[in-house]
Amino acid sequence: MTRVRLRKIESFIALSLCSLAAFAGIFWLFFILGDVIVHGASALRLELFTNDPAPPGIEGGGLRNAFVGQLLITFFATIIGVPLGVLGGTFLAEYARGKRIAKLISILSDIMVSVPSIVVGTFVYAVLVKPVGHFNGWAGAVALAIIMIPVVLRTTEDMLRLVPWTLREAAFALGAPYYRVITQVVYRGAAAGIFTGVLLSIARVAGETAPLLFTSFNNSFFSINMNEPISSLTATIFQYAMGPYDDWHSQAWAASLVITLFILLVTILGRMIIKMRYGGK
Amino acid sequence: MPVSLKKNPVDLAFLVITATASLSVLVLILGIVFVLFSESALSIKEFGILRFIFSTDWNPVIESYGAATSLFGTAVTTLLSLVLAIPVAIGIAIFVTEIAPGFLKGPIGVAIELLAAIPSIIYGMWGLFTLAPIMADYIEPALQDTVGRIPFVGILFEGTPMGIDLLTASLILSIMITPFTASISRDAFNLTPAIVKESAYALGATKWEVMKNIVIPYSKLGVFGGAVLSLGRALGETMAVAFVLGNNHQITSSLLDAAATITVTLANEFTEADTDLYLSALFNLALILFVMSFAILAVAKFFLLRAERKFTR
Repeated sequence: MTRVRLRKIESFIALSLCSLAAFAGIFWLFFILGDVIVHGASALRLELFTNDPAPPGIEGGGLRNAFVGQLLITFFATIIGVPLGVLGGTFLAEYARGKRIAKLISILSDIMVSVPSIVVGTFVYAVLVKPVGHFNGWAGAVALAIIMIPVVLRTTEDMLRLVPWTLREAAFALGAPYYRVITQVVYRGAAAGIFTGVLLSIARVAGETAPLLFTSFNNSFFSINMNEPISSLTATIFQYAMGPYDDWHSQAWAASLVITLFILLVTILGRMIIKMRYGGK
Repeated sequence: MPVSLKKNPVDLAFLVITATASLSVLVLILGIVFVLFSESALSIKEFGILRFIFSTDWNPVIESYGAATSLFGTAVTTLLSLVLAIPVAIGIAIFVTEIAPGFLKGPIGVAIELLAAIPSIIYGMWGLFTLAPIMADYIEPALQDTVGRIPFVGILFEGTPMGIDLLTASLILSIMITPFTASISRDAFNLTPAIVKESAYALGATKWEVMKNIVIPYSKLGVFGGAVLSLGRALGETMAVAFVLGNNHQITSSLLDAAATITVTLANEFTEADTDLYLSALFNLALILFVMSFAILAVAKFFLLRAERKFTR
């Protein structure tokens, strides 16, 4: 009898520890989010979006340049990265389905998704900054696009695979060439999934800092010229948080709040689309 | 594959376009290796590969560079964060798959994934402004007074607690990688066939015994793959540690000292490198980091694929 009791106690202790671990995870989430919201909300003002930075050390000013720069860099990264990713994923799931090359590229993409983003930054620096002689916005956009491509490629591949093969056969039977089957049947079937993949990849790169530090660099002035250094929210947060002024710190918190909320909203939206379209998976 | 292909010129064009797009991944990987290698040529010629890796010098003034201090920081923060993260992550995965009542499963799963979505710079800033003071004022002195008193172990906790050190950086890193490890472990646990678990329950096993003797052995490949994947992620993480590590090139026995990792060195010094050799040495660090993480991620992928294959066969 005592043996059974001992086993039950052991089980209870182990399971309690597991529950504790789960609540530790939740605890950190609320600690970090709460902290960002409390500090960020108190520093959030309208001027943050409408004004450019004041000279260092002087109170006031905003981060209009960083918001605009971030939008520009992310926009161009999306323009470059999404088509490449979607088309590449199409090749893997359709033309090269079952071929060894598809498997290889798929695995390499999975690895690329987790490769240190700062290394991508150094690579783009060598290719697009060093030859030009100065930091520029295009380099930042390309660096983010490089991080985006494997993410979009892999989700596109997975989503296209979910489209039943019989659907394609039905279209083939009507005499449609493969490219029409892909663009008019397969893409339609997978549209929600591909769109979600794009959303999640935007969320992923919107918070990237390391690859921007030495590509688009930073700019204290308002600029929409992609050939020049351009400001981004994340690089500004890094500069302001490490800087000596309290006003900088509170602006960094406010910028963090905006970027965190944006990313969490996009992530939740993406999950909701997937859940609605594919039911829970 | 359907046969009607390639007769249609548009179809052929579409094939070529998509193939080119997918090859961009391959081109990027080869390009990164080639470019990093040629950019670090100067440093490799000057110091040699092995001497660069084992040299503890990092002195821009006399132009002498070695990777050992950065590698040390990378190794310590990565390993310590794994030690802290893996038990918690497995606990979370067990909780979500086996313990949590149905109505809690969804929300907790979502919360963990959101934790994974928070960008690393937020972790870093939160670490600098919130966690580092807490570490310096409460946790680190408490550690010094307790474990720090034990002979030999005490060496790890020597020095003045500043909060900007290896311990804080590792803790932040561990919070960051826990969600990845947890969600991969959860997926691995879910692959265990229900019938095997049910058989164990029918023999009178407790929930923990089912986990320990059935589910974990069944999914160990997947869990291990997930742990290695987290290792690869932690290795290359930049912003979360850049704020709280201090970028101090030294090899130290105390976890309460500032240090540098490869990523932190790159983030702090890349734009300051004023000579060709300095820049080349930094590229050399980037090359080492890329090769290391690529190899580790490839190993992780290998285990995860094997784990998957075991069940789909």
